[in-house]
Amino acid sequence: MSTAVSPSTAMTRPATRSGSKPKRHYGTHIFLTAMAVMWLIPLIWAVFTALRPIASTNEHGYFSLAGDFNLDNFIQAWSQGGFAKYLWNSVIICVPAVLLVLFFASMMAFAVSRVSWKFNVTLLIMFTAGNLLPPQVLAAPLFEMAKHFQVPYSFSDSGNMLNTYIIVIAVNMAFQMGFCTFVLSNYMKALSADLTEAALVDGAGIWRQYREIIMPLCRPAFAALATLEVIFIYNDFFWPLLFIQSGDRLPVTTAINNLQGEFLNNYNLLAAGAVITVIPTLIVYLLLQRQFVAGLTLGSSKG
Amino acid sequence: MSTTARDLVPPESRAPSGAPAKGVRSGKVRRLSKRDKAVLSLMVGIPTLIQLVFIWLPTVMSVGLSFTRWNGLALSDIRPAGADNYQYISQDYPPFWPAIQHNLLWLAFLALVATPLGLLLAVLLDQQIRGSRIYQSIFFGPVMLSLALIGIIWQLFYQRDNGLLNFLLGTSGTPQAVDWFGDSSVNIWAAMIAATWRHAGYVMLLYLAGLKGVDPTLKEAAAIDGATAAQTFFRVVFPAMRPINIVIVVITIIESLRAFDVVYVINRGTNGLELLSALVIQNLVGEGQVIGVGSALAVVLLVISLVPIVFYLSRTFGKENRA
Repeated sequence: MSTAVSPSTAMTRPATRSGSKPKRHYGTHIFLTAMAVMWLIPLIWAVFTALRPIASTNEHGYFSLAGDFNLDNFIQAWSQGGFAKYLWNSVIICVPAVLLVLFFASMMAFAVSRVSWKFNVTLLIMFTAGNLLPPQVLAAPLFEMAKHFQVPYSFSDSGNMLNTYIIVIAVNMAFQMGFCTFVLSNYMKALSADLTEAALVDGAGIWRQYREIIMPLCRPAFAALATLEVIFIYNDFFWPLLFIQSGDRLPVTTAINNLQGEFLNNYNLLAAGAVITVIPTLIVYLLLQRQFVAGLTLGSSKG
Repeated sequence: MSTTARDLVPPESRAPSGAPAKGVRSGKVRRLSKRDKAVLSLMVGIPTLIQLVFIWLPTVMSVGLSFTRWNGLALSDIRPAGADNYQYISQDYPPFWPAIQHNLLWLAFLALVATPLGLLLAVLLDQQIRGSRIYQSIFFGPVMLSLALIGIIWQLFYQRDNGLLNFLLGTSGTPQAVDWFGDSSVNIWAAMIAATWRHAGYVMLLYLAGLKGVDPTLKEAAAIDGATAAQTFFRVVFPAMRPINIVIVVITIIESLRAFDVVYVINRGTNGLELLSALVIQNLVGEGQVIGVGSALAVVLLVISLVPIVFYLSRTFGKENRA
C-alpha cells in the first residue's frame, strides 16, 4: 500500500519528458480552459446571484450587472433562514460521528491487521462490504427500528429514537466504519512487524501495542481520514432526511432542501444559503486539501 | 496478512517446517495472555456489534420485510405476503421499469461520459503543463460538495425563467425556454450532467494518483520501440493502472446505484427522474406507508449492488484468502 502519491516520482518525471521534446500545449490549454470555465460557471452564478439583493434583480432582471451588490442575502439567510442553527446541528452530528468512527475503526483495524486469528479476513470483508451498500437498502428497517425503540420522553420528545441526533450519529458512524477500517488496516499492515515484536518481547500487552506503538504511527492516516470523514458526514443528506422530522434539528445539507420550497420566489436567498453551505467545505478545501486528496487516494490505492 | 502474523512469532517458537499452517496460528494465539484476549475481543466485538446491528441486521430485515405486507405501525400487523410485492412492483407499479431504465442510463452516462472525461482530464493534467495545479483545483472542487447541494446549485443554473443556461441560449423568457429540471423529457440528462460535474473530478483525482504510480521507464521503453502516444497510453500505461481501473469501475457502478440526493432535491424522484433508490424512499415515508413494497424495491437494489461489491471484494481480498 502506498500513501497517496509519492512526490518523488512526480518530481523526477518532467525532466525526462521535457528533455526529449519541448512540447507546446496550446490545444490542451484551450480545451482545459474551456472545461474549467464550464466547471466554474454554476458556482460563479450562485455567488453572483447571492450577492445581489432581490430588489436589484426584480428591477434589472437576473442577467444584469446593474444595481447593488451586498451581503444582505447572507445576513438574512443567517438570521431569518436559520443557517446559524443548521450549521450548529451539522457540528453536533459531525464531531462525535467522526471521533467515534475513527476510534472504533482503529481498534478493529488493529485487531485484523496486527494480530492473526481465524476470522480476521472474513470480518474485514464484512466491514468493507457494508460500506459499499446503497444506504436506501437499509432505510426501511433502520427507520422502523428507530421508531419502535421506546425511550423515555425526557430523553427524546418523540418517545423513540426518531428525531434524535444520536440515531443519525450512530448510523453515520456504522456506515463509515467499514471504509475507515479498510483504509486503516491497510495502513497498519504496511507497518513493520518488528515494531510490535519488540514490544512483545518487552511484555507489552495488546492495548499498549495499539495505544503506544501503532496509533502514533498512524497519525498521517488519521489526519487524512478525519478530513475525509468530516466532509463525508457534513455532506450526508440521506440519514437526517430519514430520521429527523422537525426542521429545526436538521443539519445544513439536509435543511437546504426544505429552504428550496420556502425561498421559491427568492432565488437570491436560496443562492446565499447554498453559498453558506459551501463555506465550511471551502475552508477544508483551502486548508486541508492535501489531507482530503490523500484520504481519497488511500482508499483506492490497494487493488 | 498471515505473513505478518508469522513474522510476529519468533523463529524458535515456530512450528517445524512441514507442519500445517494452523499449528502456527494456534501457537500464536496461545502466546496471548488472558487479559490480551479479553482486550482483543472488546476491540473486535464492539465495532462488529455496531456493524451487525446497524448494517447487516437491517439488510436481512429488508429481505424479510419484502415478503410481508405492513403499514409500518404495530409490529403485530405484519402479514406474510409471499412474493406479492415483487409481482406488484414488476407488473403493476408504473415507476418501476422507468426507474430501472434510468438507473441503467445513469450508469451508462457515468461510464461512457463522466469517467472517460475524468480520465482525459487526468491524462492532460499529468503532462506537467503550466497551471496544472490550478486546473486540478478547479476540477476537483465539486468533489467536496454534497450531491444535494449540487442539485441546488444547478437548479439556479437550469431554471426556466431566471436560470443562466436559458439566458446563454437566448431562450430565457420566451415560450421555447426549457425547464431543464422540470421537463420530464430532458431532466434526467440535466441531472446526469450535474452528477458528472462531481464524478469526473473524482475520477480525475484517482487517475492522477494512478498515472503518477506508473513506472516511467515503461513509457520510455514503449517510446524507444516506436509506439505513438496513443499506443503507449492504451497498450502500456492504461493496463499498468489495473488496480485503479478496478476501483473506478466499482465506484462508477456504485455511484450510479446510489444516485439519490440530486433527484430527491429536484423533485423527490418523480416525473422523469425515477430511480430505484428514490422509489424505495417514496414507499417508506409519507401517507400510505407500504413497507413491503419499499423493501422489495430495496432488495432489487441490493441484489444489483451485490454484483460490483462481490467483484470488488473478490479482487481485493482474493489474494489474501489464498495466501
